[in-house]
Amino acid sequence: MRISKMMATLGTAALLGLASAASLTGPAAAETVIHRGNGAEPESLDPHKLTGVPEANILYDLSEGLLVLSPKAEPAPGVAESWDISDDGTTYTFHLRQNAKWSNGDPVTAEDFVYSLRRAVDPATASDYAPILGVIKNAEPIIAGEEKDLAKLGVEAIDPQTLKITLNSSTPYFLGLLTHSISWPVHKATVEKFGDQWTRPGNSVTNGPYTITEWTPQSRIVLTKNPNFWDAANVKIDKVVWYPIDDLAEEFKRFRAGELDVTSVVPSDQIPWIRKNLAKQYHNVPYLGTYYYVVNLTKEPLGSDLKLRQALALAIDRKILVEKITQAGQLPAYSWVPPGIPGYEPAQTSDAKMSQAERNEMAKKLLAEAGYGPDKPLNVEILYNTNENHRKIAIAIAGMWKKTLGVNAAITNQEWKVYLDTRDKKQFELVRAAWIGDYADASNFLDLFLSTAGERNDAGYNNPKFDELMKKASVTANPQERNKILHDAEQVFLNDLPIIPIYHYTNNYLVADKVQGWVDNVLGYQLTRYLSVAG
Amino acid sequence: MLRFAVKRAFGAIPTLLLIIAITFFMMRLAPGGPFDKERKVTAEVEANLRRAYHLDEPLWMQFGRYLGKLLQGDFGPSFQYKDFSVNELIWNGFDVSWRLGLSAMILAFCIGVTIGSIAALRQNSGVDYATMGLAMTGIAVPNFVVAPILTLVFGLYLSWLPVGGWGDGDLQHAILPITALALPQIAVIARLTRGSMIEVLRSNFVRTARAKGLPERIAVSRHAVKAAMLPVVSYLGPWTANIITGSVIIEQIFGIPGTGRYFVTAALNRDYTLVLGVVIFYGAIIIVLNLLVDLIYGWLDPKVRYD
Repeated sequence: MRISKMMATLGTAALLGLASAASLTGPAAAETVIHRGNGAEPESLDPHKLTGVPEANILYDLSEGLLVLSPKAEPAPGVAESWDISDDGTTYTFHLRQNAKWSNGDPVTAEDFVYSLRRAVDPATASDYAPILGVIKNAEPIIAGEEKDLAKLGVEAIDPQTLKITLNSSTPYFLGLLTHSISWPVHKATVEKFGDQWTRPGNSVTNGPYTITEWTPQSRIVLTKNPNFWDAANVKIDKVVWYPIDDLAEEFKRFRAGELDVTSVVPSDQIPWIRKNLAKQYHNVPYLGTYYYVVNLTKEPLGSDLKLRQALALAIDRKILVEKITQAGQLPAYSWVPPGIPGYEPAQTSDAKMSQAERNEMAKKLLAEAGYGPDKPLNVEILYNTNENHRKIAIAIAGMWKKTLGVNAAITNQEWKVYLDTRDKKQFELVRAAWIGDYADASNFLDLFLSTAGERNDAGYNNPKFDELMKKASVTANPQERNKILHDAEQVFLNDLPIIPIYHYTNNYLVADKVQGWVDNVLGYQLTRYLSVAG
Repeated sequence: MLRFAVKRAFGAIPTLLLIIAITFFMMRLAPGGPFDKERKVTAEVEANLRRAYHLDEPLWMQFGRYLGKLLQGDFGPSFQYKDFSVNELIWNGFDVSWRLGLSAMILAFCIGVTIGSIAALRQNSGVDYATMGLAMTGIAVPNFVVAPILTLVFGLYLSWLPVGGWGDGDLQHAILPITALALPQIAVIARLTRGSMIEVLRSNFVRTARAKGLPERIAVSRHAVKAAMLPVVSYLGPWTANIITGSVIIEQIFGIPGTGRYFVTAALNRDYTLVLGVVIFYGAIIIVLNLLVDLIYGWLDPKVRYD
């Protein structure tokens, strides 16, 4: 009897423990709420410390920079109403809104931006993305710790409503760069008072359409409309709940059950079913990213023989890969920079318009010319980070190479961190990689392969002609001219083939019918302030 | 009994210290670090990051620094989740995990012991074979198969319960995870109970109870069950430690904010402080629960004495 009594008591206690954990539900049903899946728990909600997309999604609701993303993901006036650019393109003068306010009622002033930009480049903040601000005068020496005086940063508050930013040279994509969270303001008094805890509900003061009211790690983040936001009248949704669901199948089920209004992604093996049954809710959108294999140019024989690299690139039937394996409408890639950057036309490899039969022909020819064939087969090794999709693609490509060229490809995989380490140390021959653009400009892709890029240039690419063109582009003020030079640089790059482009990404998500105002765009950001929920 | 408990508690300290040291140094052996990302940071930023987290100091100095902070109860900041300290992450997670875990344990215990006892009493009958067969299935089918099926049936198709999430921590969000956690354990406990019960039912003191004229029901429930519990309690000790610190799979599938997932994700992310935090936490819980198990032994079996 005593055991069961004890068990009963413990059991009741546990269940009561559960029941008591339930808090009061929110206010009356007149409030509009949207539930969005977000893929992963944010690493930080500090705009100067975050690095990933889940963090950026939430921060676009919490904060607003000088510029903001329009529904089409183009730079639009944010805190800055208007701006003047000097003739040589190095000085930007921003005129801030009179009615821009922080969530606690304080006005947003130019001084806030000065403080925030200095904080972003301050070595003590240890910000991952600080180098993006390298275009601002003295930013790079400050980040490197050579310049100790933060006040030397080329940012100045002329008066509370006017901010002057001085750049090293003309940077046509600077306005687009300002839509990245690294340049957004933080509230000085809050940061100084609470330190690392400033982003928590109750402490946090932000200047965007929402404020953070609940943060339960691994469960949900609740944002509530900020009445002090200058454009609050146009923000139609009162509450947005972000869920860090990393299990794709579960996110999909919760959407189907009506618990989520938007998903962050879609399980690729369900796509055929979704296309048939949830066609209206399914969004398949080009995304600014490329999936590719890096060639280790410091390793023989691929490193020195262009013909071998070309043969391998040609023999891949990308159409089959995207139709049969990834199945999410990806675009076969014959360029490094993906399409969709306004004003930029990506360069292409010479085989872009050929049929696969023609490509295979050419590949065989090139392989023979390089001195390889059935009696001297080429052996290569492909490395990828442990993931089912990457595995399928690697196996498919290895199969294509074997069939068309008789190449023996050994396939290995490593856990994520080990894989990153291996890439840094250049201990691979071919490694799978992907790059998603941080902002809509071709330099964001091309800069990775400058000879001065250090470990980021994991191919070990070194072409003075490429470096020269990139340098020329960085000092060209006229956007069309600059894009043309970047195009030429990309062509030089593709002619050398230090990477094998495979496909360009698409974003796949499900959006419930009741969500309105959703505009698909190439950056994959849909700010909640532009959305509304019907019914 | 108290002296025994205190002696054990003191003996646990060197064990914990050893665990901490091994974990600390082993973590550093793994290639890759907490700040390695696809978007490789520049050398200057990496230097800044390492300095901010004291990773540029010699290893023994970092270890000393960590121990010093530990003595003050500070597990340090999380490398991965920069806005939270390890204390907060573990505390908030445990607050959820223990409720789920304890509920599942009690459910599994009550049902498992009942089923096992019935099977033992009706040994070699149809009931026995049926229940033990079901138990075998329960043990064999992994929980990452059971859990999604539960969400599919009860969440999506029948709409009786939410598919996932923790909501406000209310009962309807907890039912499916508790069930998924408890099901395989019901099977194990049932089998353990049955085996142990069969043996105990043949023992002298039960025969005495029957000979004295006690109804079978009392002989079983008051005398036999207690003695049969010994192997179950031995099993429950470590398993309870496991379940109240959270199951990685259940938490991931149901979206529960517990500590379970940290055991895996922290190591994969090379979040050194979080790994150490959960390891120490888990180690401490196991030590406490093992002690509890030994004390319960003393209560269950009068022949056991500690002094």
